[in-house]
Amino acid sequence: MRVCTKLAMLFILSLPAWSGVGAAELTAPELIRLVRQDCGACHGMTLKGGLGKPLTREALAGQSPEALAVIILHGKQGTAMPPWKSLLSEAQAHWIAERLLAGFPEEPQP
Amino acid sequence: MRRVWLALCFALLTACAQTPPAEVRGTCDLGLIVERASGRVVVVDTTAKRALGAVEGLGDLSHASVVFGRDGRYAYVFGRDGGLTKVDLLTQRIVKRVIQAGNSIGGAISQDGRLVVAQNYEPGGIKVFDAETLELLSEVPAGAKVVGLADLPGQKFAYALFEKGEIWLTDLTDPRHPHTQKFPAGQQPYDGLVTPDGRYYLAGLFGEDGVALLDTWRPELGVRKILENYGKGEEKLPVFKMPHLRGWAVAGEHVYLPAIGRHEVLVVDRRDWREVARIPVKSQPVFVMARPDGRQVWVNFAHPDNGWVQVIDTLSGKVVETLQPGKAILHMEFTPRGGEVWLSARDDHRVIVLDTQRYARLAELPAKSPSGIFFTSRAARTGF
Ligand code: HEC
Repeated sequence: MRVCTKLAMLFILSLPAWSGVGAAELTAPELIRLVRQDCGACHGMTLKGGLGKPLTREALAGQSPEALAVIILHGKQGTAMPPWKSLLSEAQAHWIAERLLAGFPEEPQP
Repeated sequence: MRRVWLALCFALLTACAQTPPAEVRGTCDLGLIVERASGRVVVVDTTAKRALGAVEGLGDLSHASVVFGRDGRYAYVFGRDGGLTKVDLLTQRIVKRVIQAGNSIGGAISQDGRLVVAQNYEPGGIKVFDAETLELLSEVPAGAKVVGLADLPGQKFAYALFEKGEIWLTDLTDPRHPHTQKFPAGQQPYDGLVTPDGRYYLAGLFGEDGVALLDTWRPELGVRKILENYGKGEEKLPVFKMPHLRGWAVAGEHVYLPAIGRHEVLVVDRRDWREVARIPVKSQPVFVMARPDGRQVWVNFAHPDNGWVQVIDTLSGKVVETLQPGKAILHMEFTPRGGEVWLSARDDHRVIVLDTQRYARLAELPAKSPSGIFFTSRAARTGF
């Protein structure tokens, strides 16, 4: 887990916002915080679920990163899962999807 | 010599162990700040505007909520991980802690202060505990996520079921044998509130435009829909955070409610439950909270606009102030008579105290990723 966080921190995600109008350039630690804190509002900070389904590695096992990225960008109609495409780029959504499938990194301690 | 020395040390140690808390004080101006990521709550004094101490070891506190016993001394903290912790504000210690569910979001306390009830997502339902000992007395399985649990007069509790779209009314007069009435309410209720008099229970609906209303004095009349079709068939804007409802929605004869998927506050007349106005605001409202005197309504917003706060003047029905008090304002709490409001700025790691008349910054308290702020004045209010 520790190694994961460190690797993630090295990788600054200033990738271009292909699909998002408002997608900001976020560093990896900022994206990790966004997922833990703001996705966490519905999925729980530990991502074990809340109003939204659990997003742990075990819970997502078998799903493809592409499919998850599509859900993240476009939401799920008829459910409380909102589309994030105005705030996240495709690259950022993929990055999140892959990390979710691998077990999402913890927020680095300040 | 050696022996005298030892005896002295011993006397000193026992004296320390027996010393009562240094100061005798009341609890009406105390409160708790939840540090969501560190499993800690900070005990604060709202008169001195400072922290008195902190209590650690409360588990996962994302979406934690707090209710107070009627003496304002004991706080019951409901954690996301199903932890229920009884905290003594005066000694700043944990009195008792149980893990009561897998995934929980809050709770309520009975009119007589003897029962603490937890509302759970997993397994979905409510659980009833003895407020003194936290012994489990009974449970009502719901087979769905429970939202909007509120205490009602007469040892009753109202709550809504997200997936089932129902409002349930549970009577705990005999706490070991709950008696429950069920009412169809509408699609995906996401939270609920009871009016300050304890009479009307409202459940906000996510899956359809409208709010479900139950008159708990006349439950036989069933649930009626208000604010039906407030979205007018227009496409909803994305909702990046669910709004929260509580009795603070009521100011005078009006009820101020967050719209879902619209950047508006909806205003309803509580005498006939008709829409009287809608007030355009900055973004998706999350907390729409009346100052205790009802003259102002403060609104904060969902991500990514959670750095903003707006103030509505209830006399003119207009936004009169737009503030940017800090990064990620997650929660607001008024001092009991409304002179000050405390705001948690999660991403600034501090709590900000503002004067509600002039919006002047009166104090700042450091806190790690603060979320909920809860003052003991809630102990005396139905539905808190
Ligand atoms: C307002 C609440 C809310 C927020 C905020 C939210 N989600 Fe969701 N999410 C949901 C709900 C509800 C579902 C379940 C939808 C369903 O019933 O299929 C869901 C489902 C998902 C799924 C699909 C899980 C599965 O097993 O199919 C993924 C992936 C996901 N969310 C990722 C995210 C990410 C990443 C974020 C933050 C960028 C986020 N969500 C923010 C409510 C939310």
